Amino acid sequence: MWLYILKRLIQGVFTVWFIATATFFAMHNVPGDPLLNDRAMTAAIRANVEAKYGLDKPLTTQYVIYLSNLVRGDFGISFTQENREVNDIIREHFPVSAILGILAVMFAAAGGVLWGALTALYRNRMPDYIIMFLVILGISVPSFVVAALSQLALVNFNSFAGRTVLPVAGWGTIYHMIVPAMVLGLGTMAYLTRLMRSSMLEIISSDFVRTAKAKGLPPARIFTKHQLRNAILPVVTVLGPAIAAITTGGFVVELVFAIPGLGRYFVQAVQQLDYTVIMGTTVFYGAFLVFMVIVVDVIYGLIDPRVRLK
Amino acid sequence: MAQWGTEQISGDQAFTSSAGKQLGLYALYTLVALSVLLYLLSVAAGNTAGGLGSGAINVERNSITITLREEPPQLDASRATDASSFVVLAHVMEGLIAYDVDNELVPGMAERWEIRADGATFWIREEAKWSDGQAVTAHDFEFAWKRVVDPETASEYSFILYPIKNAEAVNQGELPKEMLGVTALDARTLEVEFERPTPYFDKLVAFNTYFPIREEFYNETDGRYGSDADMMLYNGPYVLGEWVHGASMLWRKNPYYWNENKGFLDEIVIAYITQDVNARLNLFKDGQIVDTHLVAPMLPEAMERRWHIDRFMDGTVFFLEFNHRDGRLTRNYHLRKAMQLAQDPAELVYKVLKEAAYLPAVSLFPIWIDGVDAKFRKEYPPTEHHLDLEKAREHLELARQELGLDEFPPIIFLTGDTPVSLLAAEYYQELYKQNLGLDIRIDVQIFKQRLAKMTSGEFDIVLAGWGPDYDDALTFGDLFASWNLNNRGRYASEEMDAQVRIAQSELDPRLRMDAFGEIQRISYDDVIVIPMYERGWSFVVDPRLKGFRRRAIGPEVDYNYAYLDVSGN
Amino acid sequence: MVDLSHSASDFLPLTASHEVQSISRPSLSYWQDAWIRLKANKRALVSLYLIIGLLVFTIAGPWIWRVDSALQDLDQISQPPGTSRAALIVADYAPWQGGSTPGTGLRIAEAGTTQAVRLEWEALEGANGHRIYRNIFPVGVERAYGIPRAEFFDNETLSFEDRLDLKPGRYYYSLVALGPRGELLQTVEFLEVDVQRVTTVAEAVDRGLIAADSGLQIGDEINLAWHPFGTDYLGRDMLARLMAGARVSLIIGIGAPFLFVLFGVVYGSAAGFMGGRSDEIMMRFADFVVALPFLLFMILFKIAFGIGPGESGVYPMLIALVVLMWPATARLVRGQVLQIREQAYISASQLLGAKTPYLIMRHMIPNTLGVVLVTITFAIPSAIFTEAFLSFIGMGVAPPTPSWGSMSNEGIKTMLTTPHQLIFPAVFISVTVLAFNLLGDGLRDAFDARMRNTE
Repeated sequence: MWLYILKRLIQGVFTVWFIATATFFAMHNVPGDPLLNDRAMTAAIRANVEAKYGLDKPLTTQYVIYLSNLVRGDFGISFTQENREVNDIIREHFPVSAILGILAVMFAAAGGVLWGALTALYRNRMPDYIIMFLVILGISVPSFVVAALSQLALVNFNSFAGRTVLPVAGWGTIYHMIVPAMVLGLGTMAYLTRLMRSSMLEIISSDFVRTAKAKGLPPARIFTKHQLRNAILPVVTVLGPAIAAITTGGFVVELVFAIPGLGRYFVQAVQQLDYTVIMGTTVFYGAFLVFMVIVVDVIYGLIDPRVRLK
Repeated sequence: MAQWGTEQISGDQAFTSSAGKQLGLYALYTLVALSVLLYLLSVAAGNTAGGLGSGAINVERNSITITLREEPPQLDASRATDASSFVVLAHVMEGLIAYDVDNELVPGMAERWEIRADGATFWIREEAKWSDGQAVTAHDFEFAWKRVVDPETASEYSFILYPIKNAEAVNQGELPKEMLGVTALDARTLEVEFERPTPYFDKLVAFNTYFPIREEFYNETDGRYGSDADMMLYNGPYVLGEWVHGASMLWRKNPYYWNENKGFLDEIVIAYITQDVNARLNLFKDGQIVDTHLVAPMLPEAMERRWHIDRFMDGTVFFLEFNHRDGRLTRNYHLRKAMQLAQDPAELVYKVLKEAAYLPAVSLFPIWIDGVDAKFRKEYPPTEHHLDLEKAREHLELARQELGLDEFPPIIFLTGDTPVSLLAAEYYQELYKQNLGLDIRIDVQIFKQRLAKMTSGEFDIVLAGWGPDYDDALTFGDLFASWNLNNRGRYASEEMDAQVRIAQSELDPRLRMDAFGEIQRISYDDVIVIPMYERGWSFVVDPRLKGFRRRAIGPEVDYNYAYLDVSGN
Repeated sequence: MVDLSHSASDFLPLTASHEVQSISRPSLSYWQDAWIRLKANKRALVSLYLIIGLLVFTIAGPWIWRVDSALQDLDQISQPPGTSRAALIVADYAPWQGGSTPGTGLRIAEAGTTQAVRLEWEALEGANGHRIYRNIFPVGVERAYGIPRAEFFDNETLSFEDRLDLKPGRYYYSLVALGPRGELLQTVEFLEVDVQRVTTVAEAVDRGLIAADSGLQIGDEINLAWHPFGTDYLGRDMLARLMAGARVSLIIGIGAPFLFVLFGVVYGSAAGFMGGRSDEIMMRFADFVVALPFLLFMILFKIAFGIGPGESGVYPMLIALVVLMWPATARLVRGQVLQIREQAYISASQLLGAKTPYLIMRHMIPNTLGVVLVTITFAIPSAIFTEAFLSFIGMGVAPPTPSWGSMSNEGIKTMLTTPHQLIFPAVFISVTVLAFNLLGDGLRDAFDARMRNTE
């Protein structure tokens, strides 16, 4: 068990190294120049700036310096956010993305399980049709359309209510989070609903449920102990990757709702070719992803006796 | 799945309703659990970012809430280069000279000044104080300016100090920074020597790069000056109270500020940092911010809501810049002339861009530039331009003969990725295909990549813009001097260079303006660029906020003179 | 009562009959079986028809609807479908400096057209200059005049020509006096102007509406070009744009999954076949790629590959998708191959003398193909979404190439005024994504051997 975790962690370190290297070379391959600006610089000014960021050294030297800094957990100083360390940027903005992501997954999981169970229970009846129609919408409408429309709906809702019930953008309080998290979790919720529905249907017709019914157990008990509990397992297993994917993929929602998350920073950094921020964010998110996968695998091994960790 | 099994269970109404009730109970539990989680997360979020924002206007606190387009990279005035930094700096700092509410130059930190042919003297007012209560001295300016030209500072705007003696040499590392022609004679007198006569120096010192920094405080910040609210000293009407990076800012009234005709609000809250115009519009509709600008598709709704829409020109001129380097197709005069005659900026602005506040551009010089007695464009009317397809095709034929071509190769049209420039690029592509049969290849690049290609000359035409740095025709006039690095198309002509030299150092205003008139004529006749539009903005302000200004020179939004008036007029 | 008597003939042996031994129902191959079950799935079938319809729309559409998707009809910008197309022929536009139109107060110099509205006035009392506003609603007591169109800080300019985005209909102009510092005074004059849609002979000939020698006169009325789905922000035909956009979206949506699945299949089956050390190494590399944050690298690759002038950037996007998405398929196929290799029927087949190529052709490929097909179907929606997402953050295909993603992104900006520019491309994305999802569901059920005999 411990050996397994250790092995996975060592593999993880290699994976992160791979990501760092891939990012480093992909980025230095990008045509363009992070130091250029609207107003042209004289050669002398330019040389000063280049020296400041160590861009005057050969690429391999830069790579070595970059890696050695990385080992010490130092991502360097941002090109555009001068005087700000990339570490600070991640420390300040990642929690925002993470909170949004966790909340979105919670919404998605709670909604997915509830709706999925409901549709299975009332299959081929009205609740099933209505929910499955919404699920289809959730799967097939692009997230930026949903985000823009829901923001518009919020404005109209507030003006109908006569006061700001839920803020239309920004970040900070409980009220700011609700709508963005729902929008962010919508696709996942739709996916989980389908997953839950099919796994419920499979269980409903399984032998042990029939046995339980034949034994005369109370329906509520059969539903909870036999059906729901077993049907939830596949849902739980996809939650880990879902958290990682949602946390690292919240750009659209962060942009539309003006949320100071790391995703928005990344998009900005790419547009500005901010080398250090791009590398910092990618490596950090890569490490986060790797770590999440390991955690999920370990937990899964602990929960499910059929899986042995070796 | 076995068919009979599912039928039997689904037929069991009692089971379904009982299980349904159970499910409803779980739903309730989940709801409660989620609410608790939400609450806990919001507590956590309170420690990470944001948390401000309490309506557009708070009368009791005498405060307003606004947005900022981008997070300022840092607020060291000597190194600031972007519009967002300029906005913040204009509220928390003040130069020797400032602009008043009507855009006139008025005394700032200096109570009076004198500009001569060989230099200038500024007398700093006694009441000038830093936000910690200490006096602003001439030495603070000397230190800041020497720091700007110090190669180690790597200030991108250092060129704006080049009229000062030795500035360029110091900046290029040829002289020590002590040789810069600026001296604090005493605590309140600043003496400046010029490299060459600079009649517009008063307009220059109002610019951010000329703002003061106190040496002793700077040294304490250990290279992090301007990176956080407590890493700066302020001498403007407001001070930076809080700065949560990427999320929010709080400006408070500066108790030590000298001028009682500026800074009427107690607090200005920047609760949102976003570029998304739709998000800003929604925030305004929701009563969360005091002003927002309106792009064309938003105008019908704004009219329907009976908003008082206003407009202003931000001073920037956009144009198609040709690549005049050797070996480029666009070096050919007749090709450029053909392209000039085959287009009409009015159609671009009125039918394609549809922005109500834009003006079709007719000259390199925007409409607001001052001449000697009246506006420059009134005194020196630009050449009247009309679309003339016949003449355009004649020029195209001449170009074909001169270049010895059967058919024109594709013309590379470099553009940025902003919505407006993409729209314009698509329009020109189709326009030149229809009118001249030219094959235009659009080359869309993100900001830094576009700049790289502009600098290296990998384009035939680039969609570019130029905004003013200071309130003088020269900010546009020297753009196409052969030595100007911002002349990305590398246009070079003796005639132009001669006129620019006159414009730079002629002391007689009339002769100087004549030179600008010539520059305007050359830029049209020789088709250095094709002007497209002068940018403007339609915007709307909360009716309770008065005195709000938008400017072409200096900060694009100015709340320095803003105050609340809830009387309803 | 039943008659229980028997005759001796009842105890004679039956004559051998081939009919008894023969299989009375047709034998079904794997594919036939799958197809039958797919046909039984109504939702999957409908989505299959939808997809065929989409392909016809994309491939055959441009042959039927022969409108250039790049052609800009500047007389009909952002036109919703079904608007009146009648236009009056007028003279070519000629510049106007303002003249001396008889009359007093704010007045029009000539009838308002979509070409221009020409206004003249006398200096208002106490004015230091004037500002002209335009509104689409009558100005009420709240004095919201509408859009500021122009301002003049002197009393010499007393005319204004409005050419901004004029649409047929009624406009309400206001002339407001300015104070010495440019502030608004209370003195106002109002004017209602009806604007009529017009075009010129030259433009009509240019757009192919009439022949050059049609003899149409100024004052005649013609119908402008018909756009069944309306036009976009540059007056381009939406239907033609949707067809062209479909090409891009489907190239990415279908091309990328096919390519990466192909690569994944080769990589995965190679790893599965070789096994041992090389399998280990190959799968470790796949793990590396899986660990790359998808959207981040999508963006990074998009700019790292860069696009040259005139290129749409479809292929860099395609490559980036392939580079990032193959490992999942590779893993899946490798698992399948490993599993199949151990199956009893493979051993049986080998015992009967089957050669490796036969094994691969007969057993390996058919048995993995189902899984692979399902993977492709589910990858299509995600590729289409990725393209749309990249368009939203401004890193999609380069204009003028349309794609559904970039069209919806443009449409969002005008969603309140001209919703058709958002609705059409968004509906196309949704329908495509939905159809492939449902088809994927159906295929999975159809191919899943465990699902046999259950319905």
